[in-house]
Amino acid sequence: MSDLPAGLTRERGLDLLRGMLRIRQFEEHCAELYGAGHIRGFLHLCDGEEAIAVGVMQALGPDDAVVSTYREHGHALARGIAMGPLMAELYGKRSGCSGGRGGSMHVFDAATRFYGGNAIVGGGLPLAVGLALAEQLRGTRNLAACFFGEGAVAEGEFHESMNLAALWNLPVLFLCENNLYAMGTALTRSESQTDIQAKAAGYKVRAAAVDGMDVFAVESAVRDAVEITRGGGGPALLELRTYRFRAHSMFDAQLYRDKAEVEAWRERGPIIRLTTRLKAAGLMTEDDFQRLLREADAEVQAAVEFATAAEWEPVAELARHVCAEAAS
Amino acid sequence: MSEPVRITYREAVKQAIREALQGDPRVFLMGEDVGRYGGCFAVSKGLLAEFGEQRIRDTPLSESAFVGAGIGAALGGLRPIVEVMTVNFSLLALDQIVNNAATLCHMSGGQFPVPLVIRMATGAGRQLAAQHSHSLEAWYAHVPGLRVVEPATIDDARGMLRAALACPDPVIVFEPISLYNMEGDLTAAASEVKLAGARVHRTGKDVTLVSYGASLWRCTAAADELATAGIEAEIIDLRSLRPLDDATILESVRRTRRAVVVDEGWRSGSLAAEIVTRIVEQAFYDLDAPVARVCTEEVPIPYPKHLEDAALPAAPRIVTAVKGLVGHGQ
Repeated sequence: MSDLPAGLTRERGLDLLRGMLRIRQFEEHCAELYGAGHIRGFLHLCDGEEAIAVGVMQALGPDDAVVSTYREHGHALARGIAMGPLMAELYGKRSGCSGGRGGSMHVFDAATRFYGGNAIVGGGLPLAVGLALAEQLRGTRNLAACFFGEGAVAEGEFHESMNLAALWNLPVLFLCENNLYAMGTALTRSESQTDIQAKAAGYKVRAAAVDGMDVFAVESAVRDAVEITRGGGGPALLELRTYRFRAHSMFDAQLYRDKAEVEAWRERGPIIRLTTRLKAAGLMTEDDFQRLLREADAEVQAAVEFATAAEWEPVAELARHVCAEAAS
Repeated sequence: MSEPVRITYREAVKQAIREALQGDPRVFLMGEDVGRYGGCFAVSKGLLAEFGEQRIRDTPLSESAFVGAGIGAALGGLRPIVEVMTVNFSLLALDQIVNNAATLCHMSGGQFPVPLVIRMATGAGRQLAAQHSHSLEAWYAHVPGLRVVEPATIDDARGMLRAALACPDPVIVFEPISLYNMEGDLTAAASEVKLAGARVHRTGKDVTLVSYGASLWRCTAAADELATAGIEAEIIDLRSLRPLDDATILESVRRTRRAVVVDEGWRSGSLAAEIVTRIVEQAFYDLDAPVARVCTEEVPIPYPKHLEDAALPAAPRIVTAVKGLVGHGQ
């Protein structure tokens, strides 16, 4: 395996792997905590898709805006939201990053400009267009990065947003995580044109398809797109081709796909792939990998302890945040 | 303020938009045909030439995208005024309004308020038939996280928009289609007009008429008619439909001991239903008669004028309802 970027350092390689392992281990624990009843509601895990979260965030700046979906734990962690407040949010505690009001599907964080956690498929795209409009009108060089799944491409809001962003030359990165299934509906059963990036041409939006299982490919494609978009080149669509190894949510018997298909994709998984390549290039040993794994587990354990110890919001505060507190 | 200025409701709204654009660089207007066309109801005519296309933005026919973009722009630090041609069309943006504008502040634990103003035309009276004439204010007034107002007077048409822009929450401003050509005196300074709170529009001692929007003027016509029969009707202009100002309604009803709620929405599940319930819950033992309602007949608004008129809560129906309560004409 010699397909690593030229000049890749051991430190950089381990950093990227660490980022993906933090997400993977966080979510492994989430599944257990769900079974134990500590996390409730809907819980959507992203394992298999970690290279996208980590790769994208390498290329964004701290002042860029991020709009995400209900499968956003990876995006949130890679963006820099601390694991403790994220876990506390999944627990519904007041020290959660959304004050406990949102839960797994609605992670928000003003400090990192993370605008949710949107659980209406396609609902975040118009928000990203507006955030980009604000940046354009304010004369900044910031952009809005918007994650959505391939299922959102069937929504009118995808098409309206692509058109509006291109029409107004807005700095939006449309980041389509194509994991081939909209809940249980295969892409081939929902789209007449399954080559998603090809749809961008109808709106004069730059587009590319990217191997979403390769963190370097993701980072590189996003950097290229960011450079043009930040320079006033308008929006871009990246179709990040990936797969989710686990069920859609915790209530999914996965009747719609073969186990063999899942196994085949697992072999191409982003973590195993990077691990194999780093080892082959002599940049990492098995001991390094085990150390990163232990560190990630320790961070998750500390996050669980933080969430467990956190307080519930008093019922007396039920009506808070319906309106802004500065309002009369 | 000096001499009152006589202007139309349309001009009052335009003045408010112009003053907002002049006073705050974060403010901009966007919507279908607000620029080159001058606005579907000519509210924004001339503003494009005055402020340029960065701040007077024509949008594609993509209600969901441009209302959602308004929400995003508000999150991004601007103060957008989004115009939706009619409340009927706003249903194409209902997802953005209900699932995003109304929820983001709460779901984010207060981190992301949405200081957005959405203006939309509402109501019947211009023979525009069943896809341009409805009064769906109650749908929006149902939703926590939104503020819903409907100016019925010239002063409010100008002043409430300013107050809406100063509010950190999403505010939906309904503008009755049938009032755009109404003339009246501009008397209050815009800065004196509040966003919330009902207002006693006319005082009287025999019955309270509770209304809003275009129906306010149906109530004044009815009150004139009732006065000739010796019945003094008090009229309350709700102004704000969410939150509702219970105190002003109840203070009046406890004095007059009778109430008729006049609402251009359909009766079933209406704002009128909510107001009657609040009166009954809080002032039941002060009442001398059951609370009555005059609402739009439960039909999609028909095109022919005589049928449209018959569907709406017109003054004669209000007069009849009041006389039924006060025992006159028996």
